Amino acid sequence: MSVVHIPFLQTGTLAVGGRLLSEDERSLQSQADRPSSLTKGHRACQGCAEALAARWVMDTAVEASGGRLIVANATGCLEVFSTLYPESAWKPPWIHSLFANAAAVATGIASALHAQGRDDVRVLAQGGDGGTVDIGLAAVSGMFERNDDVLYVCYDNQGYMNTGVQRSSATPAAARTATTPAVGRSPGQAFGQGKSMVKIAMAHEIPYVASATPADLRDLEAKVRTAMAMHGARYLHVLVPCPVGWGSESSQSIALARAAVQSGIFPVIEARAGELTEVQRIRERADVEEYLRPQARFAHLFKPGGDDALARWRALAEANIRRYDLLGERS
Amino acid sequence: MNDHDAPPTVGLSTGPATSLAYHTGTWRTERPVYVELAPPCSLGCPSGEDIRGWLGSTQEGEAGFETAWRRLVAANPFPAVMGRICYHPCQEACNRAEVDEEVGINAVERFLGDTALEKGWALPAPAASSGRRVLVVGSGPAGLSAAYHLRQLGHEVTVREAAAEPGGMMRYGIPAYRLPREVLAAEIRRIEATGVAIECSTPVLSLDEAQARFDAVVLTMGAGVAHHVDIPAGAASHIVDAIDVLRDVASGHAPLVGRRVAVYGGGNTAMDAARTARRLGASDAVVVYRRTREQMPAHPTELDDAVGEGVRVQWLSTIAAVEGPHVTIEKMSLDEEGRPHGTGEFEELDADTVMLAVGQDADLSLLAEVPDVTVASGVIAVDPVTLMTGREGVFAAGDVSPGSRTATYAIGRGARAARAVDAWLAARVLPAEPVSREASADRLNTWYYSDAPKQHRAELAAARRVTGFEEVLTGLDAEHAVFEARRCMSCGSCFECDNCFGMCPDDAIRKLGPGMRYEVDYDYCKGCGICAAECPCGAIDMIPEVR
Repeated sequence: MSVVHIPFLQTGTLAVGGRLLSEDERSLQSQADRPSSLTKGHRACQGCAEALAARWVMDTAVEASGGRLIVANATGCLEVFSTLYPESAWKPPWIHSLFANAAAVATGIASALHAQGRDDVRVLAQGGDGGTVDIGLAAVSGMFERNDDVLYVCYDNQGYMNTGVQRSSATPAAARTATTPAVGRSPGQAFGQGKSMVKIAMAHEIPYVASATPADLRDLEAKVRTAMAMHGARYLHVLVPCPVGWGSESSQSIALARAAVQSGIFPVIEARAGELTEVQRIRERADVEEYLRPQARFAHLFKPGGDDALARWRALAEANIRRYDLLGERS
Repeated sequence: MNDHDAPPTVGLSTGPATSLAYHTGTWRTERPVYVELAPPCSLGCPSGEDIRGWLGSTQEGEAGFETAWRRLVAANPFPAVMGRICYHPCQEACNRAEVDEEVGINAVERFLGDTALEKGWALPAPAASSGRRVLVVGSGPAGLSAAYHLRQLGHEVTVREAAAEPGGMMRYGIPAYRLPREVLAAEIRRIEATGVAIECSTPVLSLDEAQARFDAVVLTMGAGVAHHVDIPAGAASHIVDAIDVLRDVASGHAPLVGRRVAVYGGGNTAMDAARTARRLGASDAVVVYRRTREQMPAHPTELDDAVGEGVRVQWLSTIAAVEGPHVTIEKMSLDEEGRPHGTGEFEELDADTVMLAVGQDADLSLLAEVPDVTVASGVIAVDPVTLMTGREGVFAAGDVSPGSRTATYAIGRGARAARAVDAWLAARVLPAEPVSREASADRLNTWYYSDAPKQHRAELAAARRVTGFEEVLTGLDAEHAVFEARRCMSCGSCFECDNCFGMCPDDAIRKLGPGMRYEVDYDYCKGCGICAAECPCGAIDMIPEVR
């Protein structure tokens, strides 16, 4: 991985920047003159990790492409909060699309550029989990299968948040949503349902697949840079905690992303041509409770009768730790 | 690119306007504000050092060392001395202990002190002369600290010392293996170089005479008089005061103590005496102490070092009688309130010398004919804010006055006395020490402080230690000192890690450039609190928004 490892300077690699760092050790987000591609005044909710991750991703892509970047955006929170007519919070060239077809629109842009013989302009498509994992999956899969020259970024907040928190096929087990109420024998989203978009992308054996979170800026910037340095279909999946949909404190969005990674619930990986090449190890192991308890959508797990679901969550974390060797026990 | 400067337009064929027109700051119910809190290290430092500040300069490496040292000597003119002998209460308070181990503040202090001596850095030039003359009685840590700070403030300062050499307990009470004499001498010379006159072998015999010639007097005679207990002893018994032994050794007159030495007492002087006895050739040094380890007044590190050198401790024991080389020990037991009582059970201990280290009394001989300077509980009573004694213009600090009997406390009180004298000479009211809000451990987000082990000072092997008076602890080199300084978490003070700036989902923090920190753009800040939650050092408060 191309993450810059920082020598110990009061804080290590985990903070955004640091006064003791040399210029080439600084993250893009620590620069006073960063692009801020998603600018102020957008209407994302307080503590929205999607808005944060989108700025990080877009700034890095803008820098990597020398500012020659076209963005196709699927309908979803990201679009609703950033482009209320007649205003836009986006600085790069940016095109609205339908819920289902951002990948197809991006493919079209890439093809048109190719037809014009222009290889200096890069194409990025982005959407939420609804537009990617559910509604737009066919277009995304087609883009992957054809190996179109597009970086597709999914900001996964695990549900249809701007329409009132309905479940998506990325909603985790036991989570309460408007359409999976916490009632009955198996409250919330049923165990065993849902899709792993990272694994689906890997199964297409496209050049590059990676996952990331807003709890590790340098990792995320490095992955976008890696992806932008490659051609063909590339996929980045970013977990973005949603205070409104998850029922968490707005200040805890980074902390929840951190807990998701440190508990083993969200593996942070890189894969090339379908093969797992990099896994971020757990640094300070956290119990799944640290991730679940601050979220009201899991409140029923901590009431009488919730033990079974909690145990199954622990088993999910254990399975990830085994599958991806998150504790580094095998290496 | 969008033209964000264009006026908002409505129409399908025109480009969009910017979201900058929409001020999301109106959503806010809480606002982030940057705060500057007091770190526990400084709050715990009796000398009043800005530890976080000078560690911060040290972090910059070579280029920051002199600035760091200057920030240090703003409070304490003895960094090379205190970097060796301080019991470092700052480290006990350090929040870093919650992450791994406390920052080795004392070792960095010593590094800066030694570097300054090596490079010959001079103390700051004093302020313009006030024309006022101040006499400091005694040249221990309190006296020299008072003299240094008074001189800095522009006063003409004379220090009178009864002994042949300046330094007080630093010179005559602390063994050379803990504090090499040339280090002490160099730091004292540096104070003299600022214009402080130190007159040795010149005891002050009359306070009235002193006041006739000086505008103010600071009494810092210390507590160098051994306290005595009555022990029935035969004529052939060899009983000495530990403090006298330490003084004799320090004066170059090492006494003969024999092969077996018993030290009676449980304070730091007892530890120093026992370790010194080992260095004087005693194969067996036993500390006899009435209570238990938990109650021992000696600092745990002093005890550990003594035990590491082969000193034994006989707990819950008193010396009942001494007859020649035979010492009679009575076993003690503690009552419910932790007070020791004799059990009537006795045992014998062989000792060629018995050293008494049962406390030291303030030297109050100067005050015999001065009734208005009141003495309470064996020390000079002072006003707690101004440190003025019962007599106008006479102040007291250090061991001769109330409070902890440590060098670091003496330095802090000496500095306080200097400020008090300065205020009194100018007929100003000295304000009480400000009470600062503490940057407690629960404010920190320690995730961001990468694990880093403490750099332990290499200790000479215990066996080698007892053979002489060479220094026991060695210092850090520059690389390790910088590393150790960088372990400081800067509790309660922004150190520009960029977390707030980088992690604001609303792009509502402005970075103002190196050393300038950040400001919140309240037009757009929604008050989510991520900046405060992810601030490593707890330098952001969320406060209710009032509209």
